[in-house]
Amino acid sequence: MSATDAAAQPIAPILRAGRFRILPYLLSLPALLVCIGILIPFFTAAYYSTLRWRLNVPAMKGFIGWDNYKSFLFDPAFWNTVYISLLYMVLTVGIELLLGLGIALLLRKPTRTHNFISIMLLLPLMTAPALAALMWKLMTNPNFGILSYFVSLLGVHDFKWGSDPSTALFTVVLVDIWVYTPFIMILLLAGLRSLPQQPFEAASLDGVPASFVFFRITLPMLLPYVITAVLFRLIDSIQQFDIIYAMTQGGPGDKLLVFQVQAYLMFFQSTNVGKSAAMLMVLWLITNLFSNWFIKQWLLLRERAHGHA
Amino acid sequence: MDHTSPLEKFLRAAALTVVVIFFMFPILWIFLMSLQTNETILRIPPSFIFTPTLSNYQALISGKLSSTAGNLDIAFMHNLWNSVLLSTLSVCLALLLGVPAAYAFARFKFKLGEFIAMTLLSFRFAPPLLVLLPLSLLFQSLGLADTYIGLVWVYQLIALPLIIWIVRGYFEDISPDIEHAYRIAGHSWLSTFMNIAIPLARPGIAAAGLLAFIFCWNNFIFALILASADKQPVTVGALAFVTASGIQYGQIAAAIVLSVTPTLLLALYAQRYLVEGLSMGAVKG
Repeated sequence: MSATDAAAQPIAPILRAGRFRILPYLLSLPALLVCIGILIPFFTAAYYSTLRWRLNVPAMKGFIGWDNYKSFLFDPAFWNTVYISLLYMVLTVGIELLLGLGIALLLRKPTRTHNFISIMLLLPLMTAPALAALMWKLMTNPNFGILSYFVSLLGVHDFKWGSDPSTALFTVVLVDIWVYTPFIMILLLAGLRSLPQQPFEAASLDGVPASFVFFRITLPMLLPYVITAVLFRLIDSIQQFDIIYAMTQGGPGDKLLVFQVQAYLMFFQSTNVGKSAAMLMVLWLITNLFSNWFIKQWLLLRERAHGHA
Repeated sequence: MDHTSPLEKFLRAAALTVVVIFFMFPILWIFLMSLQTNETILRIPPSFIFTPTLSNYQALISGKLSSTAGNLDIAFMHNLWNSVLLSTLSVCLALLLGVPAAYAFARFKFKLGEFIAMTLLSFRFAPPLLVLLPLSLLFQSLGLADTYIGLVWVYQLIALPLIIWIVRGYFEDISPDIEHAYRIAGHSWLSTFMNIAIPLARPGIAAAGLLAFIFCWNNFIFALILASADKQPVTVGALAFVTASGIQYGQIAAAIVLSVTPTLLLALYAQRYLVEGLSMGAVKG
């Protein structure tokens, strides 16, 4: 980062002359167009959220201000969505963080086997989540699924995975863990391997116990990486759509109606554009709160790491 | 570190074995399923030993599925072709538009640049449906729903931020002194950019392109909402295929294998760059 600031200076005098002043603007024009392509639909959606608008009854269309949002307050279906989404997020990110950290610690030493395993673990992450859900659907089929068979060996018969209300959440969380644990793992592994060696050498010379080294040296130094990984995962997880939609379409019943699945069904099945947009605005607000808080923590830690504290 | 006890070594190896089995088994199992007939798939207990058959792949590639219930046309190869076309075109366009922009962000400090960078980053954190729902109405009214152009345009939302973010980091790591010297020797800005900057950043550009390709390929929600039936990529097509032919499990497995193979191969090829790309360079600090 600091290289940029220094680097921008020497070349500037040459490029400042005449037509070069507009060069950066010309170069970034396409990126700007894409930004507009994002911002216009975004503001349109914000506007839709203030409308009474059902596609099947166009005559009813009209401005109703905050009414879509107000209707959420006493709507049990809305609170169910909030609850399911938060539960899904906490479960997936929590488990993935513990597993990812554990695996990263196991693979820390850069031996050939460890490197090979860490590359292999990229494969689930690079599988399209929607296709990963289909893979697990085949494996959890109650009639012939290999996992159903394994579970029956343990004495549990009639385990219905995604189609049973009591195990549906467990099933999609399992798929999410399969796909995304490697994400946290590779970020933390990169972090672990880039930590300075001196504190660890000093600790081992002094015979400091391993648990102390982990909680007082490894974990604090790794924290910026943990925060980055968790930030990305939290935001993706509360917005999960692919896995849940491909696995169960939000069912059984309302068991897996997380924000985006609920908004999708509201839009395409109930054709309620206004309410669907309002729902997504609420989701956007929640993700924004998360990302702002996390980015603040991250900047703080980075400052401390660079010695400005 | 070097004086680990045998017990600890054993426990570590055991834990790693469990990890490898959990993450690798589904891929292996679906691959094995794709080589079986429905008969052996439905057998209980599941068969690890069977005579492999390529009939599932043959059915998919020929597009004709003959069963006792009659003939079924499978459009799956068309979905595969759509994926190739959409991802390739999207990445090419994104590289063409994104690399100059990344260079501008890396070499010049300007207000608009900061604004664009922040907007692209915040879109990474916004719910995709928020942008997609208004777009779906817009696409219908513009008649874009049935075209590749519309999809390639929207796929820029995935590919372009990724490319700009990664390539910008690479440009920033290259000292501008070389470009400076080349320009003093009397070359134009454009030839400096083409002959010095781009060749130096080539590994970054290649990595960003590969990653963007993987992300376009793996995307589900954009095409689910915006693509008409004959423009759908494999992610959406595979789901439709499952619904249409619910019991042809062997073919479903084969379709999944064909759909994930390209991205998995690319991922293995580009693995060195994945860490930076996945966190959009945040871990580089």
